[in-house]
Amino acid sequence: MKFGVIVFPGSNCDLDAYHLVRDVLKEKVEYIGCDRRSLGDYDVLILPGGFTYGDYLRSGAIAARTPVMEAVAGFAERGGLVLGICNGFQVLTEAGLLPGALCRNGSLQFRCRQVYVRVDNNSLPFTNLAAAGEVLRMPVAHGDGSYYAPPELLQELDRNGQVVFRYADQDGRTNTEANPNGSIDNIAGVSNRSGNVVGLMPHPERAGEKALGSVDGLVIFKSLIGHFQSREVVVDA
Amino acid sequence: MPEQEKAGTDKPEKLWRKLGLSNHEYEVIVEQLGREPSPVELNMYSVMWSEHCSYKHSRSSLKLFPTGGPRVVQGPGENAGVVDIGDGYAAVFKIESHNHPSAVEPYQGAATGVGGILRDIYTMGAQPIAFLNSLRFGPPDNARGRYLFAGVVAGIGGYGNCVGVPTVGGEVYFEPCYRGNPLVNAMCVGVMPLERLVLGKACGEGNLVVLAGARTGRDGIHGVTFASEELSDQSEKDRPAVQVGDPFLGKLLIDATLEAVDRKLVAGVQDLGGAGLTCALTETASRAGTGLEVDLEKVPLREEGLEPFEILTSESQERMLFIVEPQRLEELEEIFRHWELPLTVLGRVSAGKMVTVRYHGEIVAEVPAESVAGGSPEYEPESREPVYFRELAAFDPLGLPPVEDRGKTLLDLLSAPDVASKEWVWQQYDYMVRTCTLEGPGGDAAVLRLRESGKALAVAVDGNGRHAYLDPRLGGMLAVAEATRNLSCSGAEPIGITDCLNFGNPEKPEMFWQFRQAVEGMAEACRVLEVPVVGGNVSFYNEVEDEAIYPTPVVGAVGLLEKADQHCGIGFCAEGNLICLIGPHHISLGGSQLLKTIFGRVAGSPAGIDLSEEKKVQAFLRRLVAGKLIMSAHDLSDGGLGVAVAESCLKGGTGAVLDLPSSPRPDLDLFGEGPSRVLVSIRPADLEDVSKQAGEAGVRLSELGWTGGKKLEINCGGSRVVGLELEAMKKAYEEVFSWMMK
Repeated sequence: MKFGVIVFPGSNCDLDAYHLVRDVLKEKVEYIGCDRRSLGDYDVLILPGGFTYGDYLRSGAIAARTPVMEAVAGFAERGGLVLGICNGFQVLTEAGLLPGALCRNGSLQFRCRQVYVRVDNNSLPFTNLAAAGEVLRMPVAHGDGSYYAPPELLQELDRNGQVVFRYADQDGRTNTEANPNGSIDNIAGVSNRSGNVVGLMPHPERAGEKALGSVDGLVIFKSLIGHFQSREVVVDA
Repeated sequence: MPEQEKAGTDKPEKLWRKLGLSNHEYEVIVEQLGREPSPVELNMYSVMWSEHCSYKHSRSSLKLFPTGGPRVVQGPGENAGVVDIGDGYAAVFKIESHNHPSAVEPYQGAATGVGGILRDIYTMGAQPIAFLNSLRFGPPDNARGRYLFAGVVAGIGGYGNCVGVPTVGGEVYFEPCYRGNPLVNAMCVGVMPLERLVLGKACGEGNLVVLAGARTGRDGIHGVTFASEELSDQSEKDRPAVQVGDPFLGKLLIDATLEAVDRKLVAGVQDLGGAGLTCALTETASRAGTGLEVDLEKVPLREEGLEPFEILTSESQERMLFIVEPQRLEELEEIFRHWELPLTVLGRVSAGKMVTVRYHGEIVAEVPAESVAGGSPEYEPESREPVYFRELAAFDPLGLPPVEDRGKTLLDLLSAPDVASKEWVWQQYDYMVRTCTLEGPGGDAAVLRLRESGKALAVAVDGNGRHAYLDPRLGGMLAVAEATRNLSCSGAEPIGITDCLNFGNPEKPEMFWQFRQAVEGMAEACRVLEVPVVGGNVSFYNEVEDEAIYPTPVVGAVGLLEKADQHCGIGFCAEGNLICLIGPHHISLGGSQLLKTIFGRVAGSPAGIDLSEEKKVQAFLRRLVAGKLIMSAHDLSDGGLGVAVAESCLKGGTGAVLDLPSSPRPDLDLFGEGPSRVLVSIRPADLEDVSKQAGEAGVRLSELGWTGGKKLEINCGGSRVVGLELEAMKKAYEEVFSWMMK
């Protein structure tokens, strides 16, 4: 299988995602420039974190209008798997590929710290190796991570199992202290209706090696690989 | 800025004083030029002969620093120092101040400080991998103080987070003397293959002079002149002298420049920082011994109507100068087109040693590069010991009543802004991007793995203004010793330092005395510890209305770990380990955090340092880490043993029991401060081995107690002097800033 990491001007976690897939997971991975209008034979596309176009206007807003995003939309339309991390999540909401919006953190400050997230839908190709309600430890690093959706949309997301990750404490309880940015309903990540596009603010690619303090993020990547290759993924992290 | 617009067109004889040059300096210019300078030329001289660019009051003292060594590839004089780290790679690093801009516009001042030091690193061809910073403010007990503190922190994060380079460490101290003149020292560390090194030299007659990056505007005109004067209540009006950063453009410029360097398309690279285009043109020519001819009207402008002198002295950010062989231009243009960055040929390298600047065909300046870049007079300022020095040294802190409630005192120290956890600060910095951060902020040194070689770099920044104020010479030594000791605590061998020397007005003999003493102390420590100074920065005139800051030498140190997975942190990570103190018992309350926090005094003499002992302690520590014989190591600093043991408990989430010998002054034992002291935890099975090695190394090792439980208990001669729950210490240590900065 093959991953593609989409690089916009100002992306800065592209290297981290690339490194994890190539050096830790030992899978094929390529960078994809944002001026590309068509995509190759990728199985999973990753939109990495960073400050695309300086996050000027609104976070992710300008990147969402680059040529490659039309190709990404087509890829998603055909059922391709797309994972947006941090700024990549913001780009996907701005592009209309994911519901809701990401607003300024409640603290009005950038926040970099370890958080716990609870897997609230483990039936997706992104999460099917996680246990129901499994709690993962990984970092956040963002200024605009407060997820928002209006009440009727929230109900719909819940009904459809589109809330994939919620900020929680170590024991899986959602509460204010566990929420680093004031996001509504402690939402940390969502999917589209058909479950093939997922975005989350925390960084699973930064939680893939023991040396970095957590390997909990690997479950997401292992799930994706397992989806394409019916083999157990053994990783020396 | 009407005054400066006028400055460009006035007759020169009225001009040089306004531009900050002395009558004597003007005479030297006339002599070196062989004629009266034109107004544009005088502007060029004025920015390059400012203290900030010319180091005219510090140059002779800086020669005291040892700058060579087997690993040194490039010492001071280039954009950054370069040190060989083996396997064909080099570490590139430098620290620089942005104090005055941050005093009037904290967010942009700090942001462009970060952007400026970043350019110095990738200009050499290195991939930036880490930022650190050293900050000083007035106490955050008033709105203005909090505004400066919050603004600077936000600015550092705003730039660093966006460019994708982790901010992994630093220090913050608060003293009334920094109230009107905060210190913002930013350090950047990069790594590159040695063969990619590119210097800021305009080599090769006929090569093209190319300007890339942002358009030039009116921001930061004469910023270096502003940085070379004392601040006053009028300084607010100098806000236009502060540059404005664009980190997005900065990020594109890194990517484009490194690609160009990687493809060997450029013969020389120089960033545009202080003194803007003038500095870049004259320094590159001067270093190469060549001349340059440029057409100023080709510089892309942000707005119409800039005068030639403004174009030459603007400090607009995110600009680079390249020296390019003509046949390489097309490829270079292609890269910059891809990144959507402007790139313009301004002129070419010429024979001779003159920088000739034309504006629409007319010569507006024709100056010898070496004269402008390096011809300024070198001063040997008068030096006089200040009256306060002996007065304060005579103060004996042991004459004060002993502190009785040591538990409460420890909590007070843990919640003192100087000591308390700076998480409020560093959670605003992305310290993990690039996924190489093995140890982040909050320890003695940060550790970054090098994917290329399996090695790691440790980095730390240290300085103590109070110590340097009370004894500048000793303060200089202590800064070098502490920064390198922090590296050794992580297991890394110090391979080089960069220094940022923050002082008052050097034209005042007492201020210059502080400077000279501190430099002598630092130089001596560097010689004994065998660590070279490979670059740095001097910031003088840190005074507001005649009140100077504490002399504040800050040391940024870089160390090498042969194996990335063999590094040591500060936290007690397991129960049942022995706690030992490595190093001497020579301590003092002079200049201590206890004296400041509890008694509100900055006086007395800090404990002196035996540099050869320091060297032995550091070498011993590195041996222990490499042999996996210690589980934690934490340098004793502000607040002495009491604070250090509390920090190791909190970091590892494990309590401790210490049994100290009986003492007439337990408060001195607990909170006295002295150099060369490190608290370690050891598995019981390893004690014999460690003791034996300590004996061989000639280093003192004292058993103090055990790790375990959820409390910190300290007994002195069998009686309890401290008994605190970890939760209570955690609250004191971690909640101060979030509460104070609400």
